[in-house]
Amino acid sequence: MERPLTEYIQPGRPPLDLKGYEMTGGYAAVRKVLRGMSPAEVQQQVRDSNLKGRGGAGFNTGMKWSFVPMGRDAPGPKYLIANADEMEPGTFKDRLLMEGNPHQLIEGMILSAYAIQASVSYIFLRWAYRQAAQLLRKSMEEAYAAGYLGRNILGSGYNLDMHLHTGVGRYMCGEETALLNALEGKRATPRAKPPFPQVSGLFGKPTIVNNVETLCCIPHIVNKGAAWFKGLSYSEDSGGTKIYGASGKVKRPGAWELPMGVTLRQLLEEHAGGMKDGFTLKGVLPGGASTDFLTIDHLDVKMDYTSVAAAGSRLGTGTMVVMDDATCPVGFVHNLQHFFAQESCGWCTPCREGLPWVEKILLSIERGEGREEDMQLLHMHTRLLGPGNTFCALAPGAMEPLQSALKYFGEDFQRHIKNKKCPY
Amino acid sequence: MIIYKQDNMLTEAEMQAIDHEISQLPHKKAGVIEALKIIQRHRRWVSDESVEAIAAYLEISPAEVDSVATFYNLIFRKPVGRHVILLCDSISCYVMGYDKLYGALQQQVGIRFGETSPDGRFTLLPNACLGCCDHAPALMIDEDLFRDVKVEMLDVLLSGYK
Ligand SMILES: Cc1cc2nc3c(=O)[nH]c(=O)nc-3n(C[C@H](O)[C@H](O)[C@H](O)COP(=O)(O)O)c2cc1C
Ligand code: SF4
Ligand code: FES
Repeated sequence: MERPLTEYIQPGRPPLDLKGYEMTGGYAAVRKVLRGMSPAEVQQQVRDSNLKGRGGAGFNTGMKWSFVPMGRDAPGPKYLIANADEMEPGTFKDRLLMEGNPHQLIEGMILSAYAIQASVSYIFLRWAYRQAAQLLRKSMEEAYAAGYLGRNILGSGYNLDMHLHTGVGRYMCGEETALLNALEGKRATPRAKPPFPQVSGLFGKPTIVNNVETLCCIPHIVNKGAAWFKGLSYSEDSGGTKIYGASGKVKRPGAWELPMGVTLRQLLEEHAGGMKDGFTLKGVLPGGASTDFLTIDHLDVKMDYTSVAAAGSRLGTGTMVVMDDATCPVGFVHNLQHFFAQESCGWCTPCREGLPWVEKILLSIERGEGREEDMQLLHMHTRLLGPGNTFCALAPGAMEPLQSALKYFGEDFQRHIKNKKCPY
Repeated sequence: MIIYKQDNMLTEAEMQAIDHEISQLPHKKAGVIEALKIIQRHRRWVSDESVEAIAAYLEISPAEVDSVATFYNLIFRKPVGRHVILLCDSISCYVMGYDKLYGALQQQVGIRFGETSPDGRFTLLPNACLGCCDHAPALMIDEDLFRDVKVEMLDVLLSGYK
């Protein structure tokens, strides 16, 4: 089984430096592209590979790039941004990639920037990732010194600068248009679309924002081809491998690179080692805090975009949070809503006003002070804060675990209300 | 002891650092977040005086600087202790029992979330997911990350920060 993204990552060991990375075939893709592929060819290859964005939305990456204006008359400078804000609770895959093989991300960024002819690139890294910051800074210096970054890269005439920007903590910085505002020194509130960032992004110039894991796939696609990348996956709906992860009371929490489309059961039983002794599985958030619960009835669901959607949830970031039978679902969902209410940027009313209300209702239920009507109120909010009613995807995302908890664990909520205390 | 007032003039070093950042940006104003980070690095937190100093330097209003400063979780608009403890209170750490760590920290340091110990040694803050959920519960002290933290470890862990 091939594991292109993590093949050279050894947890607990420092990552490859430039020399080491080159010895494993690193930067060969940059040489290949700069010596004889046009930007359009790179775009086409990525499109053919069926790589879908790993940041959560799952849009075809090559297609996303194709909306960037190209040619001599295109406005500039164009920007390529790596979204390394990873703050979705339960998600820890981009950290692994950046700490484990920082040059792989840098190479992926150079290739992607070339494909859209960007001349400036940023890594938007969350504040808390101190080690990743250090490693990326050092690797960028090495890449500049070796001529992979800067002016006239490898004598090709192509120029690319790269900057590392560390955020100051806010979940919204990960939303791609809010990220652009943050990079411009503003509050991280989202922008209306259209215009899409591909046309008018950072400082009003054409911009692509891609997730770290998405970008790390690019060197391998360029080296080994679109067909090979497609073949890595067990699923029709997206090429490649996926970094899956599990946290909670499983025997071996962690992250694993596996073919896209392994089943939930394989992940939980083979890779995470099953539940810790004395605990049974009650529910799973398959792709981070803002995805709908799956339950023991969904263990044979393939973890790809279409199958997880058909089961009523989202693949999201692919790093799942496991809820055991000793954890109170009301407390669990309250914890999530506390996070979302706190991180709401306040730009639109349903989210700014609704989330704190949801949080308060859940807290009162958890404390045994809930009323029958509260269930109706919660249901109402899942509609009012749902898709189409808010400015960005934060609030609808927040409603996903709530609406599915009401559906699957409604009895637990009822018991809190009837018995006037938390039964856990 | 905590000092509540800061200089309303930027130092030479602060100005140089800010100049360096804004030299890479299309206009000065885009440097607000960087300027706040720089001031916080030099002064540990950002007072009203510092907000005014940044505003004057970047030629924008103090309200504009403050609107950005108060938006972000890790720009401190109140004094903090010599060391800041960030305890993850997000979902995986919730499942793995961060509340036990919180309880122990309250006992050992004598402060709750948002408070600073009277000797000015520690400030304790909740923080969203630290991105190491497979090693929950997790916390950071200043720039150092600690994973799989157990109550028994806190004593030794805290003793490294004077
Ligand atoms: C509230 C919110 C937070 C987000 N946080 C992140 C994040 O931390 N990292 C990320 O890659 N995408 C995040 N996204 C998704 C981005 O908006 C965007 O879709 C993604 O970066 C695109 O990259 P991709 O096409 O490579 O997936 C977030 C979205 C929302 C609504
Ligand atoms: S949905 Fe929430 S986070 Fe998104 S724009 Fe509205 S207030 Fe801000
Ligand atoms: S939830 Fe605590 S580190 Fe992710």
